[in-house]
Amino acid sequence: MPFNLLVLFCLCYVAMLFMVAFLAERRAAVGRIGWLRSPVIYTLSLSIYCTAWTFYGAVGYAARSGLEFVTIYLGPTLVFVGWWWVLRKLVRIGRQQRVTSIADLISSRFGKSNILGVVVTLIAVIAATPYIALQLQSVTLSFAVFASGTPEGWALPNRDATAIWVAGGLALFTIIFGTRNLDAKEQHHGVVLAIAVEAVVKLVALLAVGAFVVWGVADGVQDVFARIEASPSADWVLKPDRWFGMIAVSAAAVICLPRMFHVMVVEGGEDRHLALASWAFPAYLLLMSLFIVPIAVIGLERMPAGSNPDMFVLTLPLAEGQGGLAMLAFLGGFSSATSMVIVESIALATMVSNHIVMPLWLRLAPKAAMTGDVRRIVLLARRLSIIGVLCLGYFYYRLSGGSAALAAMGLIAFAGMAQVLPVLLGGIFWRGATKAGAVAGLVTGFVVWAYTLLLPFFGPGTALPQAVFDYGLFGIGWLRPQALFGIGGMDPLVHALFWSAALNTAAFCIGSLLTFPGPVERMQGAAFVNVFDTDGAGPQGWARGRAEPEALLVTAQRILGEEPALSLFEAEARAQGKAGYLPDATPDFVAGLERRLAGSVGAATAHAMISQIVGRAMVSVEDLMAVANETAQIMEYSAELEAQREELTRTAGALREANEKLKQLSVQKDAFLSQISHELRTPMTSIRAFSEILTEGDLPPELVANYGRIIHDEAIRLTRLLDDLLDLSVLENGSVQLNLSLVNLQPLLDRALASASHTRPERSFTVLRDLPAENLFLRTDGDRLVQVFINLISNARKYCEADEPVLKISVRQRAGRVHVDFTDNGSGIAKHNQAIIFEKFARLTDQSRAGGAGLGLAICREVMANLGGQVTYLPGRGGASFRVTLPLRAQKPAA
Amino acid sequence: MARRAPLFLKRRSYRQRRLRDAARLLPILGAFLVLLPILWSGQGATPDAAGAGTAFDGIYLFTVWLGLVAAAAVLARGLAHDSGLESEPANDTGGDDAH
Repeated sequence: MPFNLLVLFCLCYVAMLFMVAFLAERRAAVGRIGWLRSPVIYTLSLSIYCTAWTFYGAVGYAARSGLEFVTIYLGPTLVFVGWWWVLRKLVRIGRQQRVTSIADLISSRFGKSNILGVVVTLIAVIAATPYIALQLQSVTLSFAVFASGTPEGWALPNRDATAIWVAGGLALFTIIFGTRNLDAKEQHHGVVLAIAVEAVVKLVALLAVGAFVVWGVADGVQDVFARIEASPSADWVLKPDRWFGMIAVSAAAVICLPRMFHVMVVEGGEDRHLALASWAFPAYLLLMSLFIVPIAVIGLERMPAGSNPDMFVLTLPLAEGQGGLAMLAFLGGFSSATSMVIVESIALATMVSNHIVMPLWLRLAPKAAMTGDVRRIVLLARRLSIIGVLCLGYFYYRLSGGSAALAAMGLIAFAGMAQVLPVLLGGIFWRGATKAGAVAGLVTGFVVWAYTLLLPFFGPGTALPQAVFDYGLFGIGWLRPQALFGIGGMDPLVHALFWSAALNTAAFCIGSLLTFPGPVERMQGAAFVNVFDTDGAGPQGWARGRAEPEALLVTAQRILGEEPALSLFEAEARAQGKAGYLPDATPDFVAGLERRLAGSVGAATAHAMISQIVGRAMVSVEDLMAVANETAQIMEYSAELEAQREELTRTAGALREANEKLKQLSVQKDAFLSQISHELRTPMTSIRAFSEILTEGDLPPELVANYGRIIHDEAIRLTRLLDDLLDLSVLENGSVQLNLSLVNLQPLLDRALASASHTRPERSFTVLRDLPAENLFLRTDGDRLVQVFINLISNARKYCEADEPVLKISVRQRAGRVHVDFTDNGSGIAKHNQAIIFEKFARLTDQSRAGGAGLGLAICREVMANLGGQVTYLPGRGGASFRVTLPLRAQKPAA
Repeated sequence: MARRAPLFLKRRSYRQRRLRDAARLLPILGAFLVLLPILWSGQGATPDAAGAGTAFDGIYLFTVWLGLVAAAAVLARGLAHDSGLESEPANDTGGDDAH
């Protein structure tokens, strides 16, 4: 295929990407975001994890060391499958704090410290430079492959020139779509959509090559397995330390790599996006890795010895005469490289401009910073940063000569960015992590990484002299870069990973434990660690009323643009119930505005700018404590209220109960009054009537005797009623005279049964007794006790409706007290009545057969109280059942 | 003083909590399965034995991988709508789920 055609094809593809990005931007500009922010696009954009390193390098890796390449994809798989642990929290924090980059997140967490931002930015730039160089190299290599493969043998294009053209084109695309606007929410719809398209292209390309190799070159799956077994790459032996180390470092990298962090967090992920990505992204990786080993094995088999296995994806279809497939593969590799470079340079440029250029500018020209147009400066800084980052990558490519294996370079970058992980995780899970600890950890990790991995990579005699390799730095033996502390013989990568991670984490933890965080740091720490507990409310830290709203508006206009800033202020003013554009500068509003500005220029810069307006660099610990105290007081107060409310509820319940009882009693009393007047009137009426008849004389003597007896009987009834009432009042006053003596229970029960048999004598009662148990001596008032027994027995006789009534009397002695139970086989007493039967005048029915005045049980209760015992109703015994409890030896009442 | 979290939950919220537990446990299971080849691959002393392992290891790893993807897909169905519940402050933020 002519080289010119290839270039033309490439340009068309790039033009299409420009179109896609442009249309997406246009769509977003008119507010029709819709599917531009769908979970599918989000998942596809994550695929920038698969760079040219995956596309070309994985095959080379598999050709050199078998299955080890999958570790690079298994680590991210584990991280995404476990999104509920880390990613979900990161994304939530990123949205709440309007994080612009991983450096911004770290700087914001540790008190909006700019030093940390600078450290992370430097690490990111140094780690990413070889990685970008790697992408340029792979694109130029792939051009070279096409060039050398042509039969016409046209001149090999100048590789350096190709690299320059590629880098220039990428810079142009990135600047156009990556720094189009300075959005409050660092989001680039066009770029994201273009990346999603490229993700599809590279997946399709790799799958197509894979399918061609398996079913076109080889003879199906079985054949491929046989060839794998026979291939020299199958001599690979799994090395446990590398296996574990690479899974760990790739898991760390997928969180920390600037471009991954950018698409995952900054471009605005949500939980539903992550939910889909949690399985779809691992599935994407799985598909990307599926055919790597077959391509490598067949490539080793078919291609002439000494050909670069990194280019098998391209050279294999070319060698087999599949020009179209090779073109597709070329586009796939091109997509992998370009999407990575675009996002990486956006992410790095954001970091550089927000954490290095802007703070410097604020420091050097504070006057201009407070008056000039910040937006232009920021955008200019970003554009220059993008060009700078790409230039760095290009020069690295020139200097390194593009010779090193792709995989090795990628791993070095991974290990470098992984140094941020301990601080990142510590920052979002541990409130005790401090800025000093973070700086110590990052610097330690970076230095160890550079010394043990980055510098030795260039080979002895270039970055580090041979003497350092052999005898250690300054001739100190235990400082040899590939055998720190004298522990040699480890794999260099695992050695570097192990020591950098260990020393990094140790420095971070010790530093955090020993230092004391500043107020902003503590505030941010709480906001980050407890991001799911609060709704971003928390203490804000800006004192009330210090800021001049107009000055705030001016600053906001210079960063957000005039219209957005005005509408933001107007909305806030309306929310505060004010007309116009100037709301009160409440702490909430100032904090919200700061977060908003942080979305454009980073937390540290935004904080610095707001501080200049508010007139104070930071809140004091006292302010924080005051806010915290206020909150605590409110909490305490509400807890008190809660307790009081419960108390009130309880009291109200008790009152209601008492009231209910009173009402019932009042009803009973009314009933009793009518009853007692009835009871009094009936005998009185007959006494009056018969005495009138008697006074008239002329009566036969037997009639006189008869009437006289009636009058006498009625008078006795009256007396008995009055006696009962008198008795009760005496008992209630406690002025009763007890006649205590030693008595046997058995004769008492005999007497009671005999007396009670007069009540409804027509009924035949079966009485079950336990005579041996009854033979029991008590010291009590026998007559009073008999009175109680008679009452209970006659109640049973009166109210038990059973056809064959049975009364069971059982006696038990327990711990110095005697229980006498009277249980019949009637229907018992309903539950709601059990509480009132012992009240005076209580009568459950109006049945005249009851006959009494409802004083019996009341008297029983009073008698037993005087005897030091009680009478209670026993529920659940089949029929009505009363238990008389009394002490073996009654004491005389104290009174 | 923290809001008193309910000690026992309704069936629905209970299932939701266990779903989150499963989501947290899945990567641990995955790490275990993925690191498992370390145990048997070290044994292959001769190149022949090791070679016989490559195809098998590949099939094993890709099967585990597919299993993880499937399990995550099942869990994600339930968890995708979880976030709405979580952001309501009145809901069960107590105890074990907030971190």
